[in-house]
Amino acid sequence: MSTAVLFDNVSRHFGAVRAVDGVNLEIAEGEFFAMLGPSGSGKTTCLRLMAGFEQPTGGHIEIFGETAEGVPPYRRSVNTVFQDYALFPHLSILDNVAYGLMVKGVGREERRRAAEDALAMVKLPSYGSRRPGQLSGGQRQRVALARALVNKPKVLLLDEPLGALDLKLREQMQEELKTLQKSLGITFVFVTHDQGEALSMADRIAVFNDGRIQQLGSPEEVYKQPKTRFVADFVGSSNVLPAKLCQKLGVRSAYASLRPEAILLSPPGEGALSLNGTVSAHSFLGAVNRVVVDVDGARIAVASPAALAVPNVGSPVTISFAAHELHPMEDA
Amino acid sequence: MRSDRLNRSPLGLKIAAAAGLAFMHVPILLIFLYAFTTEEKSYQFPPPGLTTQWFAVAWNRPDVWAALTLSVKVASIATAVALVLGTLCAAAVSQTRFFGRETISLLVILPIALPGIITGIALRSAFSMAEIPFSFWTIVLGHATFCIVVVYNNAVARFRRISGSLIEASMDLGADGFQTFRYIILPNIGTALLAGGMLAFALSFDEVIVTTFTAGQQSTLPIWMLEELIRPRQRPVTNVVAMIVVLVTFLPILGAYYLTRDGDQIAGGGK
Repeated sequence: MSTAVLFDNVSRHFGAVRAVDGVNLEIAEGEFFAMLGPSGSGKTTCLRLMAGFEQPTGGHIEIFGETAEGVPPYRRSVNTVFQDYALFPHLSILDNVAYGLMVKGVGREERRRAAEDALAMVKLPSYGSRRPGQLSGGQRQRVALARALVNKPKVLLLDEPLGALDLKLREQMQEELKTLQKSLGITFVFVTHDQGEALSMADRIAVFNDGRIQQLGSPEEVYKQPKTRFVADFVGSSNVLPAKLCQKLGVRSAYASLRPEAILLSPPGEGALSLNGTVSAHSFLGAVNRVVVDVDGARIAVASPAALAVPNVGSPVTISFAAHELHPMEDA
Repeated sequence: MRSDRLNRSPLGLKIAAAAGLAFMHVPILLIFLYAFTTEEKSYQFPPPGLTTQWFAVAWNRPDVWAALTLSVKVASIATAVALVLGTLCAAAVSQTRFFGRETISLLVILPIALPGIITGIALRSAFSMAEIPFSFWTIVLGHATFCIVVVYNNAVARFRRISGSLIEASMDLGADGFQTFRYIILPNIGTALLAGGMLAFALSFDEVIVTTFTAGQQSTLPIWMLEELIRPRQRPVTNVVAMIVVLVTFLPILGAYYLTRDGDQIAGGGK
């Protein structure tokens, strides 16, 4: 398998703002790659660097082995699904989808057929004669997808494509995107700030913060073994145990992460790896109760199955967990 | 909730509104009326008799035709120049960020905010200093200064409504700059340009002050009318021409209004 996108120490600075700062990544052909991070973390700028809307101020970019610097967007074999879909309001849906073929000089009949096929693929056949304004958000999103895919790009870039959809539609589209990507075998690069979306869809995730990649790995790695406090916090709100508690538990590094759902609550007593504390708050979240336990001043969240009784606030408890659930972290 | 009583305006207000409108528009009707009068030396009311002979007289006067053709030519070329430059300027100001952008957008609008007489004097002294002889082209240049503003204002409002990602999407799908302009930008700003162009044409067509300062021996239609009013003979011919001017300028402004009424204001329509 060859490399689809290669970033070699890529930077994009806007004056003093380091939007992207020394990013290295290698996306394999056919991979579903997610770039996850809060707004302003540099993930969208990375996507725009791939699309050609931005040029790097430092480093080197390759797309399928070809140098990408200085190549304008219209000469790259990548296509983008925009966050606001960016459908052309004055063109019919069919003309929107056929636009890429039209500007490349494909004949009228051929591009009509290709556009209709693409619309059928995103389950919107017979919508061709409508205007973008007559479609719902979910339908527009599908049209944007068809408009990009009809050009048979080598890499499809998706900029928060599901952000504007309601929860149910979003879950449905997540599945469809995943299926589509598998059947087409095209490399998907997906930008999102929703960790759930990244975890459920991507083959690999790059977690961004402040223009840098904090961690790059499979969803399971990123979720279970966050390398930094930022990743622990951003990807599913892990507990970060401070140095004092780490010492108590015999961990060598300054900080360690611990997933709320990996912890068991029990009455005061002894466990294999356990800490004593008092309950300081709890709330009902449906499938679980979120119980906050105060251990020597550190507040540790526990996701306790809803079937179990919730201890009263102020009552002493012991939290215990398997040793392998505790992950030492690199930095502060 | 609003009650019906609040929506109904008092009688006094209605009368005041009607009087205000009458004050503005009755004089225009009088101009039309005097185009049909039989008295040619003075405007007396009521007109002693009605005739359509002045239309024939106006039709046969070569000076009317010369002034009319000059005005149409000047307005057309000034509008064409303004359409190109105004659109380019609007594109630059609304689609890119650069140092001094706000200043430039202010400087572009300035000619319409300045009194016409200032623009006129400034252009006249500039032309003299550069030793450019006054001609048809100096009138066109003078008119282009304010025509650009009208086109710019209309275009910039529309450009702001085009989301930047539309242009990026077009480029992303393989269209170069020219194709993007041809297939995406032009269809989206087309009506705004048409409206701006019509307004610019109308403004240029009845412009007096700047023309006075930038014309050589030529008389555009408004200048011709001004000169004609001083002469005692065949006065109603001026009224006939005035009627034509009203039609020629009113129709484009009406057209511009209908083209842009959903959302855009016709900026600069008040000059």
